Amino acid sequence: MSEQTTRRSVLKTLAGIAGGILAMPAAQTCKAAVQNKLANSPAPPGYDPFKHSWLIALDVDRCIGCGRCVEACIEENNVPESHFRTWIERYVITKPKAGSSEIRGETIVDSPDGGRNGFPEELVPKEDILKSFFVPKLCNLCQSSPCSQVCPVGATFQSPDGVVLVDKSYCIGCGFCVQACPYGCRFINPGTHTADKCSLCYHRITRGLKPACVELCPSQARIFGDLKNPVPDDPLQRFFNNNKVEGLKRNLGTEPRVAYSGLDEEVR
Amino acid sequence: MMNASLVTNVMEALPQIQGYVYPNEQTLHPLWSVLIVVYPYITGLVAGAFIMASLVRVFQVKALDPTYRLALLTALAFLLCAPLPLLFHLGHPERCFEIMLTPHFSSPMAMFGFVYAWYLMAVLLLELWFDYRRDFVQWSLTEPGYRGIIYRAFTLGVTDLSEPALRLDARMGRVISIVGIPSAFLLHGYVGFIFGSIKANPWWGNVLMPIIFILSAIVSGMALCVFVYMVLCWARRIAADIRCLDLMTTFLFYALVLDVSIEGLDWMHRLYSAEEGIDVLRSLASSKLFYTLLIGQACLGTMIPFLLLGATQLFRRRIKELNRRRAYFSSAVLILMGVLAMRWNVVIGGQLFSKSMRGFMSYKMEFAGSEGWLLSIALLVLPFAILIVLVRLFLAPELPTIENVVPGAKSRAKAQEAGH
Repeated sequence: MSEQTTRRSVLKTLAGIAGGILAMPAAQTCKAAVQNKLANSPAPPGYDPFKHSWLIALDVDRCIGCGRCVEACIEENNVPESHFRTWIERYVITKPKAGSSEIRGETIVDSPDGGRNGFPEELVPKEDILKSFFVPKLCNLCQSSPCSQVCPVGATFQSPDGVVLVDKSYCIGCGFCVQACPYGCRFINPGTHTADKCSLCYHRITRGLKPACVELCPSQARIFGDLKNPVPDDPLQRFFNNNKVEGLKRNLGTEPRVAYSGLDEEVR
Repeated sequence: MMNASLVTNVMEALPQIQGYVYPNEQTLHPLWSVLIVVYPYITGLVAGAFIMASLVRVFQVKALDPTYRLALLTALAFLLCAPLPLLFHLGHPERCFEIMLTPHFSSPMAMFGFVYAWYLMAVLLLELWFDYRRDFVQWSLTEPGYRGIIYRAFTLGVTDLSEPALRLDARMGRVISIVGIPSAFLLHGYVGFIFGSIKANPWWGNVLMPIIFILSAIVSGMALCVFVYMVLCWARRIAADIRCLDLMTTFLFYALVLDVSIEGLDWMHRLYSAEEGIDVLRSLASSKLFYTLLIGQACLGTMIPFLLLGATQLFRRRIKELNRRRAYFSSAVLILMGVLAMRWNVVIGGQLFSKSMRGFMSYKMEFAGSEGWLLSIALLVLPFAILIVLVRLFLAPELPTIENVVPGAKSRAKAQEAGH
């Protein structure tokens, strides 16, 4: 056994190795910063996310629950079976029982197959319904998005143009973001084993098209626009000017950007 | 064909869902399944076993000496298995190193690799090495065959057994142990934070979660030490040191008192403040989690050991030694099961209701497959298998004790001479 080998020298070697290992994240963070600039997104080359601010708004009173948006989204984005990037909820509020002091009865919510095929079945007889309405749901484009906050590798991120995206070539599939999203908008894609969600049809909007759901909506319940580049008589601006708007689950501090008009207190 | 599979899916899913759940939540299995139950359980056992060991090292509780090394080796065996359930659970396990290479610092999970590496490399392995170095040197001289080679490799070439060198070993061991206590808290507190930081989930998002996780970890780890020590003594047909057991279970009892208080406080606060989602949590506790929460965790896993250990504290002199041993062993086993039930209740319970607060999901565990209970049981047995190997290598009764370093060296030299 060599006389020179002492604890000191062994510890020095160990410290050197540890130092090397510790230096790696710093180097990799630099690399990641560069990668972030060139993050894997379906945008075309030359697209500058800093020059846009995409937003979608939902006019609940206009939604007729036809489910064409859900179908369009599934077709456009190849969404796997029984998972949804967007869906429609039907709320049925029944009349209060005769003689009770309640203002309204119970609230029944459903979304058969995400509302993809509309809502053919009646949940309660017509005469018992106090009111009924449809609420389209999708990623709420939170400003303090909990999903991007908790992603351990930064595979999900907020693009400067306001869209929350997932880099599926980077996602490790831990599912933390799915747990963190209060709106149930995320899922693990059984095909890619990575997190999946509404991308506002990023591949379309960055090429000057509307998201598939907006394009197909027959009643203009979904209003889409670019806050940084309003068009003449911009529908999004008009929506905000003419409606009292609200976001979902604002109490959680996620600052959802997606705006709803005409929400009932039962919607969450 | 697609429709047929859809129909079967719906047929299977329908009875398992009550009320309204978001369409993406309508899956047959929770996203974080039984593997993620096993993960915090194993991590907690590591932290608790280490705290047990540090009672000897840092707080100089001499009576616990017989369990010091056993506790450290137990912690090591479980720590080696701690990342496995996570790894098996990932959608892309091959990308797991991204957590350490390009960590996203705002994520509680991103810290796992660092906390784990720190705990394994800088705390547990170093402490074991400083504690064992003297023995390694000696055993490398006395033990023949592959064992000798293993021990020689573990000396890392440092064979200096002079008085100052040994004193330095002891001091370093103590310093690392002192650093190790907050590290153990960090390791498991952070696991609690993974759940506690999810504000979307009222079952998880709770400021007390890391503390509850730490306390239950200490309780389970101490119970594990009692269990392992008693089983080891039984396997070797020697009597477990009753003084040591008495003291171990005293510490276990006080840890349990703290744990019960904080968990009780958590429930009192939840029920009293009755924030959004309390109805969901209440019905969860009384229906889907009735057996694991009220029976498994609260009654069998907490109250009975609490009473048993409390009785042995109060009436130690009046209870016969054999009965005390029985009470200690059954308390340890019950606590181990109770804490497993607690992990189940947190992880699975948090995924049995919709974030819409309007409905419930069910969980039917698979047998085989990556999310099945077979793999989970294998992952729970694996640390014990590793521990058996570690005990055979480093705690074997035939290994010479620390005191006779020089005679050992001489006998090795003699053996060599005889061999030649």
